[in-house]
Amino acid sequence: MGALSTKEKTLWYIGALLIVLYALVPVAWIISLSLKSEADLSNRSFLPTNVTWENYEGIFSGTASDLFLPALRNSVITCLLATLIAVVLSMFAAYAIARLNFPGKRLILTSALAVAVFPVITMVTPLFNLWRQIGLYDTIPGLIIPYLALTLPISIWTMSAFFREIPWDMEQAAQVDGATSWQAFRKVIVPLAAPGVFTTAIIAFFIAWNDFVFGISLTSTSDAQPVPAALSSFTGSSYFVQPTGAISAAAVIVTIPVVLLALVFQRRIVAGLTNGAVKG
Amino acid sequence: MTAVTTPQVELANSPRDKRRRGTDRSRQEARLGWYLAGPAFFILVLVTGYPIVQAVYDSLFSYRLTAPGDREFIGLENYGVILTDSLWWEALANTALITLVTVAVELVLGFALAMVMHKVLGFLRPILRTAILVPYAIITVVSAYAWQYAFSITTGFMNAVVPGVPEDFDWFANKWTALTVICLSEIWKTTPFISLLLLAGLAQVPEDMHEAAKVDGATARERLFRVTLPNMKASIMVALLFRALDAFRIFDNVYIMTNGAAGTQTVSSLAYNQTISRLEIGLGSAVSVLLFICVLLICFLAIKVFRVDLARARGEN
Repeated sequence: MGALSTKEKTLWYIGALLIVLYALVPVAWIISLSLKSEADLSNRSFLPTNVTWENYEGIFSGTASDLFLPALRNSVITCLLATLIAVVLSMFAAYAIARLNFPGKRLILTSALAVAVFPVITMVTPLFNLWRQIGLYDTIPGLIIPYLALTLPISIWTMSAFFREIPWDMEQAAQVDGATSWQAFRKVIVPLAAPGVFTTAIIAFFIAWNDFVFGISLTSTSDAQPVPAALSSFTGSSYFVQPTGAISAAAVIVTIPVVLLALVFQRRIVAGLTNGAVKG
Repeated sequence: MTAVTTPQVELANSPRDKRRRGTDRSRQEARLGWYLAGPAFFILVLVTGYPIVQAVYDSLFSYRLTAPGDREFIGLENYGVILTDSLWWEALANTALITLVTVAVELVLGFALAMVMHKVLGFLRPILRTAILVPYAIITVVSAYAWQYAFSITTGFMNAVVPGVPEDFDWFANKWTALTVICLSEIWKTTPFISLLLLAGLAQVPEDMHEAAKVDGATARERLFRVTLPNMKASIMVALLFRALDAFRIFDNVYIMTNGAAGTQTVSSLAYNQTISRLEIGLGSAVSVLLFICVLLICFLAIKVFRVDLARARGEN
């Protein structure tokens, strides 16, 4: 990258600072809202005049907890299961795509691509109708099934990109050196494949966690409603009070896990996101 | 690459298999391939294929959930109703506008972010990567609330910050200002994805081409337009297509901020309102099918006219 002059360097550092501000100011704003007291919420300034935890108390033990806690449980269960199923299924699919030569390989990748850009709302009308008839409406399995349409394509894609880079010959090399095929698989292939599988799971989880369309259309009560849908049905403590504080606090809570994941695994997530899409 | 070479190496090493080369062996491989990839493929097709077929079928009926007994085959009448309704055209225009504006802004902004990340070295890189992943990973609904509250007349601080805006200005009462805030939230949340794709593209531009252009006396601007951008064409096109298709199905931001009020309905929110709020399965299905056709058209245009080669961009050659 050649030598950059001091002036150039300073410019890029300013750019870097702007990026951090860009990413964090809206997050700081929602955190600030969640720490405002009810009187403060409409003071229309960025920061609270005095910090209070009452909004968090509201969603964990107060009026909004009946809505928020079950929604949090539903979201966690639904997203984890949808991710797990997708990752297991795509592990096999990605192995086949990366290692075997078979007709239909392109068809599978193209279908995954097509489903990834599929307008999800198109699925809502038929599923809403069918789920009501067969009793899957407002149930967790009734959400997991459509979630697979979100998590499977990205998993197949990301994982086959990861698997393609694994030096599979090493498995044979290990066998030549006297390892059994199980040892070769366990000691050589699993450690090489694990990061790809893990990263894929994180990305699939992000996408399931983000869903709003299915959550708002296919559930109606705290039996299955996930957090994003529950947020939009929060109500204030009385008819005239806006639920701004409760929504902000709940928003912060559901943002914590994704930010932590992003923080710890940033390098891998970036590799996973770009690996599948851009390869010359 | 290994996918293609490994089996051949095996074949060459085992003379016994030489005779059956290309027949039994490849048939076996094909069968194994489908055993492994089949379940994922089958579920993929089932969870999306069934709904679209059912939606096409339902769209041919006059069918309200409030009166299921009156279900009646009416052919393409639902489509006639929709296509002659100004609501549909307004929703389509809004969706197209949001797509154009957000994708254009995101491409320029995303490129700027990618350039900074590409140039900044050392300890700052992981910090930037983490920062940029925050909007990417945040729930769209959360982003929608953050931006809505920032501009709202009861809670927002934006009127005090944006120059020339009166203190009591209601952004969500007017179609264009409401769409602006919707676009801002969408742009904030999705630019990081584009910039990461572009960053990967930037990393593939050969450094010696830059040096050569520099030696030949090209200015920074010339190097950007003559060397960097042409070499990134493939990744730019892929990023563009993905984001355009994603933006075209915009729903979350619209639902949270205006729920289609003030003339901000989009195609997805129109389909939702017909089905879930009004229980008009027939009309809702027809809107969904029309949306699906729009997405197909965008794909077709991208692949045929702009020659986006997704397979090549994926390294699938």
